[in-house]
Formats: sequence, structure tokens, C-alpha cells
Amino acid sequence: MTATDLGEISATTAAEHGAPLLEGDTGEWELVVGLEVHVELNTRTKMWCGCATQFGGEPNTNVCPVCTGQPGALPVVNAQAVQDATLLGLALNGEIAPVCRFHRKNYFYPDLAKNYQISQYDVPLVHDGWLEVEVPDTEDPSAAPVVRRIRIERLHMEEDTGKSMHVGATGRLHGADRSLIDYNRCGIPLLEIVSRPDVHDPDTAQAYLRELQAIVRATGVSDARMEEGSIRCDANVSVRRPGDALGTRTEIKNLNSVRSLGRAIAYEARRQISVLEDGGRIVMETRHWDEGRGVTETLRVKESVTDYRYFPDPDLVEITSSSAQVDEVRARLPELPAATRSRLREAGVAADQAATMVVTGLVPWFDEAVQAGASASAVANWLTGDVAGQLSSEGVELAESGLTGTHVAELIGLIDDGTLSTKLAKQVLTGVIAARGARGPAQVADEQGLKQVSDEGELRGIVEQVVADNAGTVEAIRGGNDKAIGALVGQVMKQTRGQADPRKTNELLREVIGS
Amino acid sequence: MSLSADEVRHVARLARLALTDDEVDALAPQLSDILAYAEQVGEVAAQDVEPTTHPFALRDVSRPDEPRPSLPREDVLAAAPHAEQDRFAVPRIVAEEG
Amino acid sequence: MELIALSAAELAQRLQAMDVSALEVVEAHLDRIAAVDGVRAEGEVWSASSPEDLDQRDVHAYLHVTAAAAREHAADVDRRRAAGEELGPLAGVPLALKDVLTMRGVPTTCGSRMLEGWVPPYDATVTTRLREADVVVLGKTNMDEFAMGSSTENSAYGATRNPWDLGRVPGGSSGGSAAAVAGLMAPLSIGTDTGGSIRQPAALTGIVGAKPTYGTVSRYGLVAFASSLDQAGPFARTVEDAARLQTLIHGHDPRDATSVTDTPADLLATLRDGVEGLRIGVVTELQGEGYEPGVRRVFDEALQRFERLGAEIVEVSLPHAGYGLPAYYLIAPSEASSNLARFDGVRYGLRVDAPTAEEMNAATRAAGFGPEVKRRIMIGTHALSSGYFDAYYLQASKVRTLIAQDFADAFAQADVLVSPTSPTVAFGLGDKSADPLAMYLNDVATVPASLAGIPALSLPAGTAEAPDAPRASLPVGLQIMAPLLRDDLMYRAGWAFEQDLGFLPVPAGDTAVEVG
Repeated sequence: MTATDLGEISATTAAEHGAPLLEGDTGEWELVVGLEVHVELNTRTKMWCGCATQFGGEPNTNVCPVCTGQPGALPVVNAQAVQDATLLGLALNGEIAPVCRFHRKNYFYPDLAKNYQISQYDVPLVHDGWLEVEVPDTEDPSAAPVVRRIRIERLHMEEDTGKSMHVGATGRLHGADRSLIDYNRCGIPLLEIVSRPDVHDPDTAQAYLRELQAIVRATGVSDARMEEGSIRCDANVSVRRPGDALGTRTEIKNLNSVRSLGRAIAYEARRQISVLEDGGRIVMETRHWDEGRGVTETLRVKESVTDYRYFPDPDLVEITSSSAQVDEVRARLPELPAATRSRLREAGVAADQAATMVVTGLVPWFDEAVQAGASASAVANWLTGDVAGQLSSEGVELAESGLTGTHVAELIGLIDDGTLSTKLAKQVLTGVIAARGARGPAQVADEQGLKQVSDEGELRGIVEQVVADNAGTVEAIRGGNDKAIGALVGQVMKQTRGQADPRKTNELLREVIGS
Repeated sequence: MSLSADEVRHVARLARLALTDDEVDALAPQLSDILAYAEQVGEVAAQDVEPTTHPFALRDVSRPDEPRPSLPREDVLAAAPHAEQDRFAVPRIVAEEG
Repeated sequence: MELIALSAAELAQRLQAMDVSALEVVEAHLDRIAAVDGVRAEGEVWSASSPEDLDQRDVHAYLHVTAAAAREHAADVDRRRAAGEELGPLAGVPLALKDVLTMRGVPTTCGSRMLEGWVPPYDATVTTRLREADVVVLGKTNMDEFAMGSSTENSAYGATRNPWDLGRVPGGSSGGSAAAVAGLMAPLSIGTDTGGSIRQPAALTGIVGAKPTYGTVSRYGLVAFASSLDQAGPFARTVEDAARLQTLIHGHDPRDATSVTDTPADLLATLRDGVEGLRIGVVTELQGEGYEPGVRRVFDEALQRFERLGAEIVEVSLPHAGYGLPAYYLIAPSEASSNLARFDGVRYGLRVDAPTAEEMNAATRAAGFGPEVKRRIMIGTHALSSGYFDAYYLQASKVRTLIAQDFADAFAQADVLVSPTSPTVAFGLGDKSADPLAMYLNDVATVPASLAGIPALSLPAGTAEAPDAPRASLPVGLQIMAPLLRDDLMYRAGWAFEQDLGFLPVPAGDTAVEVG
């Protein structure tokens, strides 16, 4: 489904959004982007049959007569998918259609078992929603982000297709000898979310996709993992002179990450501008984003609008949503990312950290740590800093790490009471992750003998020894080279295997040297 | 409505049917006749008439999200004209999907 | 009387009394099939002879006869009966299944080359219900390819012949199922009706056939032609048998989203209540011009018979009935064009190799589908295509609304409606195959009920001559239509009529199948 299938719609302008214009050789250009996002629901079973939806099974094992389009098989709607679509629709501030139905979209493709996709056409389940994205100020990251509202034209239910594996030289479709099809994914419930062409810069496009991903995750209807394809995005890109009618758009596919989305839009905008400035014209076509080369390339030219021969699916009946039913679903709406972010900011978390925690799903750990008594800003620092860093270098997901919010609070507590230095705390965190949470911070610190030496008597002895052993450095410090004190701190750290309280060490050194 | 041979070929492309020239020539007048007959539907049913796509006003038929056994893979692949690596094999795909 | 000439009710009675075993009943029918149907009676599953090997005396009702499985099932029924197990009312009675319904492990071809050799991995719900009732399936019957046709000449496996006159068609698309019952090769069979595919062959072969209310018999496992119209239903030689068979197969099925949840009417409780005081509506638009004189005469006699039986005859009008056929020939092909898209050479059935997937699809479909199927796919594809949708599909869907309203108005004046089932008696093989539109006109009286989803029954009303054979005696069918979910009314009216008329003679004579 493309936005123009049901008639042209109005775009906003960059000016309305305070978005930048693009400089060309012949003047300024305005970028206009609409996004189509597909979200695979994480229901237990497929849209029309009882086959399991798990990702990555052996090929053609989660299939039955219905999802392989066997003659005589019939679809029956998964009630949970309708509930999930309604929930997400409400989370996106959409209107729920009191009556909607399914249409068949007819086209031949080997991974589409029936050679038609059951989708929604004239009346989608959800229409006229919106979401607000926060776009960080690239000039000044500490400044408050710009908030932009992107309208959502529709959200509709459909089914996913199977997966083709292309066999041949390149492993891609082009140049393959043949393709091998696995129907495990065929029939998995899919939501298509179509934005209005309200995006006027790559940053906003990226923010939109991130925000949508965060909302999807908050509602729990999908894992929304781009790398597994459970959330996918296509971009419709065009440029125009400010004030002109919409230009001819191209559709970019194969955008496998938020980063690709931004890069591809930026590239495509530049390409279109240079074609137009050279006196050429833009052809309505589908383009493929080549991540390696950083370019978009023609996939196929749309000679005419594809004739999908939509008609109401006679195997299925209408779906109704009474206002009471909608209210019931609305009552189940969880806290949405925008609300979470402002709650975190009010609790003292920096805006960028709040945004990061929402996007990366850290909020439940944050809430638990704060509940356990730690300060919001310290928790945010740890979660977005060392916790995220260590997990990513280990390649471990937070959910699988065994680390709990209580652990984080405990770790911060050990710093606050002087038991651990920040540096030691990082080692303790490593230990907790290595133990997959089976041992908490205090236990790890204990077992590994990681404890800050801040006992003045013990530390004074070591400091005095270091001062005695490094007469030259001491002279230099007394002579005004204050930076040289760092070398002595290092010596003390070395002798205490890093466990000396650095602040205390510094104080004692100065006292002993008498500088 | 009269369909030309070219229109017949266009429809055949949409329907993915490789028709011979003889078939196209035979079909053009037949389809034209049938469509001319069928066009009578345009004589009645004004704009205010709701279309009927289903004899019953059934609504909200759905199933609970409960897994049911899938088919054994052998049973599914047994019918395949060509299978390879436990998948259905097709020759090179030229067109792009929807 | 020969076992094969008994009704299902009579057979059931003798089986229950253990006068006869289910295995004997199956053997008698297998013998009959081997004698008259042109099958190669060998192996576990008997196959029909190839079209070029078929004799002009072969009825060719069956495509596959599941001889071994039928014997095994019958023997099992006998064992369980002997052991005192409570069995269903029709346990051990044989039945023929139209080859458009799946049965696990048995080939399903839909009369098409496209599905030659396809063995479905699952049972249709109808098949499951029959199995649970211990009705013994004898085999799969011939049909117009993908149920598209009114003569069973569109089968890729050769035409079925009418047991009344082997030079004539049995009607279609369920011609094999009708001929099996008329030709005493099964007391019962299952057909499917989209625009008349049960009723018209029932009329042309002198038996009873019913299209139940749409949605009361599950479509799961019925290979779709036109989903909003397709409905499986019974064939039998008596009204009571048909009612009993429909009772076995109807009822809600959660695997079919269009399956009606209401409890179906009890078809047997009021079967014998008679027609006294019943208002029988004669549909003005479904008689007269285009109907053969013999058919009109038999129909007029039928009305007089109803009157004699105490029914009140009223004239009713379905003003939009004339638009039914044009609407049907847009809606059914539109749905078919989409339903049949899945036959592409990828997952099952025929494949014709070609260098690219697209060419492979197109070549496979060109080779696998016969001319009538291609024609309807073309009509339907065109009717749904951009720029034509509103004038064709949408407009036809509105006509459907008007016809449903017409029926609602008519049923305010009459309890059931009647018409001839078919404008003609059985016509000669090949007589109409050159002119698709002439063939479509066979459905003129049956299509309105299909579009409205209402139940309709055809039962023998007498015999008449054919225009090309003034001395022939060929069956004429009477169609009885009832309101949605009132299938009981049409059976009640049909039963009273049948009892008064008596049964048509079993087909006999020079060209016909000989009994015994």
C-alpha cells in the first residue's frame, strides 16, 4: 500500500516544522518524506491460522494448509492481532474504525502463498493518528530538543510473506539462478503504519522511526527488532522548491537500521536535487539502499501504478469495534515514551539520557533502581554509561545479563558509602555481569577483595613511603609543577592494587608533601 | 464493451496466463460478448444501494491466539514440484514484489 | 430389490437390522461401478480410464474409487456394529464425494490437469463429518474443472454421461456426483453449488439435490471457486435421504469464518408435515420465455399437484431476478480469478519449467487450466482491474443486494418459492460447448438463490421430451427455494410432493445404464 493508492494527500512544509532547507546550486530545496513502517506482531500464532510465529525456526516447519495456501484452506482472524493493532493505534493517537474489513491485494510473487495478500484497503482499522518526535539540536546537544508532530494517515492489519533465499553468484535477488522459499514467516500478523509526508529532514525521519519503535515496545505488541525484520521501514522521498506542489517521489527499500534510514534519505535528496538541477526529471520508481556503497539504486521503474485488483475478501467478515471495546483497550495503554521521558526529566535525568533510556528499553531497570533508593541521575548515568557500554562490548542483552535495577542501586550505594571508588565499581559491575546476576555487587566486591582503601592510617603509611621513594618528583611539585602529583597518585594506586580512595590519596599526598 | 487483442493480452499478464495468439484471438470476441451481457448490471442499482459481498451479516468471527500443530514438513514439501534445502524452489525471480 | 437400488434410509435400516453387512453393500456398489463407469478396477485406488480409453457406454462418474479404503471402513463398521457399538444413523451407507473436497491421502484434482497427482495433506470438514458418521466414501467424482461449468464437459479427465441417455450431459458442475447417484453407483453423494452446480445436475439426472443455506455447511477443505457463493450439499434419490445427508454435514465450523453460528434447522422433525396451508410462491420471472415447452408443462403440473395437496399457490415477483445471471457472471469469476491465483507451480500440482519464475507461473497456468477456467479468470481479472471495478464488480454486488431484497419481499407473501430448476432437459454432449454464453444460460433459474445465499432444493417433477428428441423421456427438476436458514421448509414441501408423485423410473433402455 502506498499513500497515493487512495488519493493524494497534503504534506506539511519544512517551514511549519522549523526544519532546514537544502542548499542546491540553483537555490533552496525542500525535502518531503513519508514513511511506511511494517511491524510484525508478537502474537503466539499467525494471523489466520494456529501456526507458531517464532523467529528463526527450521524452514517450512511452522506451516499448515492455511499459511501455505493449500487449495480449500481458509483464514480465520487471530483475535489477539486485532486487540494489538487497536492498542498500538490508540498509542499513536489514532481513531479506531467502528467497522472495518479485509481486502485482497492481488499480485503474484513466490513468497506469497496465495498470490494475494490479505490486507486492508478502503477502511483501515486505525486512521488519523499522530506522534511527536524529539529531534536533538545538532548544533547544541545540551539544548532542549525540537518537538515535531508527524501525522499518521493509517494503521492497518495484514499478513507477512514468506522468505526467499536467493541461490547464485551474489546471494541477492539480482544475479541469482533460483530462489528457495520458506513459508514460516508467511501469515505472521503485520501492521502497516503509513505516515503523512510530514518529514522534512533525515534527523526527523530517524527520530520518527526510533519513537515508533519505542512506542511499539512500550505497548508490548512487538519486539520491533530491525535486525530480525520485526520492524521494517520504507521511505517515500521527494524534493520541491519551497511553496511548490509535491515533486515526484521515489520509494526506498532495504533500510535495515535507523542509521540507514537517515543516510539513505540524505543521499536520495541530494541525488534528486542534482538530477533536477541538471534539467532532468525524477522517475517514479523503487530504489534499493546499498548500505556498503552508501547509494540508492533503481530496483524497478513503476511504469504505471500496479493494478492490485483490491476487493473485499469473501472468506472473512467485518470487524467491529464499539466505543466500549475501544475504551477497554485504551484502559490497558501503558505509559508511553513521551510521558516516560518527561517523568525521567522531572526526576532529574538529563534529557539525552532520558531519551536514550526510553529508546533502549532501560526504563524498567531505572525504575527498579530508583525504587531501591538510588538517585535518579546516578542511576541514569550508570545505565546509559557503563552498564550499556559493558553489555554492548560483551554482546549481552540487558534482559539476559541477570543484572537487576536493585543491583544497580546497590552498586551506587557502595560508592556513596565510600566502599567502592567509581573505578572499583566498574570492576564490580563486570563481575556481576560475568556471574549473570547470580552474585550481587556487595558479594562480588567481597569475593574479589575489591574495597576502597580509605582508612587514613593505612593510606598515610603508603603515602609517606611513596613520598620518601620519589624525592625528585616531590621536588618538582614543591617547585610548582602541580601536575606531577598525578604520578604519585599512580604510585599509591599501584601499591594498593587500585583500591585507594583517589580523593583521600590526593589530600594526604598534599599534606605530606606540604605543598 | 469490446475487448481488443491487446487488452486481452494486458489482462492475461495481470492474470499471469501465457496465452497463445490463437487463444487471444478466440478470447477477444468471447470475453466481449460475455462482458456485454454482464454490463446489464449497470442498468439497475443506484448509488444509494449498498453492495452485498456476503449473504449473512456475520461479524467479528475470530479465533483465540492459541497454537495448533503445524503440518510435518515432509507432508508440505511432498507436493512441491521442486524442493531444495527443505524449501520450495523456483527459477530466477525477475519481477519485484508488490 | 437389488442393494444398489435401495435408498440410503432403506439401506441404513437393513444395516441396523444386520440383514446385510456394510461390506456387502460396498461390494455391490463397487461391482456396479466396475461394470458401468469405465474405471480400471485394480489396486487400492481405482482410477478412471483416460479420456481416450473411455467407452461411449461408460458413465465416467468417478475419477478415483477408493476401493480398498471403502472395504476396510465398511468391515470396521460391521465389526463395531457386531460388537454392539452405538453407530450413526447412516453408518455403513456408501457415498461419493465430489473431487473438489479434500480427503487426506486421496488425490483431489478438481477435474483439472493443474492438480493431477495432488494428494491433500488434510481433510475437508465435510469429509471429517462423514467419516465421524461412518458414512463410507467410495471415491471422488468427476466435475467441471474447478466447478466451472454446467455440463461436466469441462473436466480435464473427460465428460461424464447422463445415465438416462449416455449421449447427453448430466449437468454440472457436480455431474459426476449426480450421475453416480442416478446411475446406482452410490445411494448418496456430495456436490457443491456455486450458481446451481448441485441443483441443475440433480434436475438433469432425475434425482434430489440441495444447496443448503450459505454458511451452514463448512467450506473448509472445499477448493474455492467463488467463496461468497460456494456451498456443499447432498445428492440422493429421495428427499428424505438428502435431508438426512445434509443433517450429517451442516453445523458451525470454527475453521470457516463465514460459517453460520446459528443452530441449523432440524430437517427431519417436520419433514412429513405436508404442504396443506403452505403458501407456495410461483416466481413470475423464472418461467416462460427460454424454458422448454416440456419443462413448462411439467412445472405447471407440479403447481397443480401442490394445489391438490392443499397448498396455496401465489404469484410472486423477483423484479431483479433477470439481473442475477449477469451479476453472477461478474462476481463468481472475480472471486475465482483471485482464488485460483495460488495455482502457480510453486507449492503443489503441475509445473511447466521455464527460465524465470514469472514465465514458469504463466506457462504452468496456461498448461494446467482448461479453456473455461481461463475464460473465467480473464473475465474476473478484467472485472476487478483498475478502471472497471466500479462498473462491474461493485455494480454486481449492488445487484446482489437488490436480489436479496426481492427475496425478502417475496418471502413475506409465500413460505417457499418454486420454479423449474433448469430451463432445459439434459442436452446432448457437445451441443453447447462452442458457445460459453449459451452454456451460462443454464443457470438462469438457480443463480438468484445463490446470490441471496438462501437454501434451494431440486427434486424430480416428471419427465419430458427434448427439443431434439420428441420421443425422449428425460427428467425435469422442480426447484424449491426457502428463506435463509429455513432449509426445513424446502425439504418439507419437497417430501410431500415426492410422496404424491412417486419416484421416477430408474434409468433404463438401450443407451442407458442397465440395472444389475
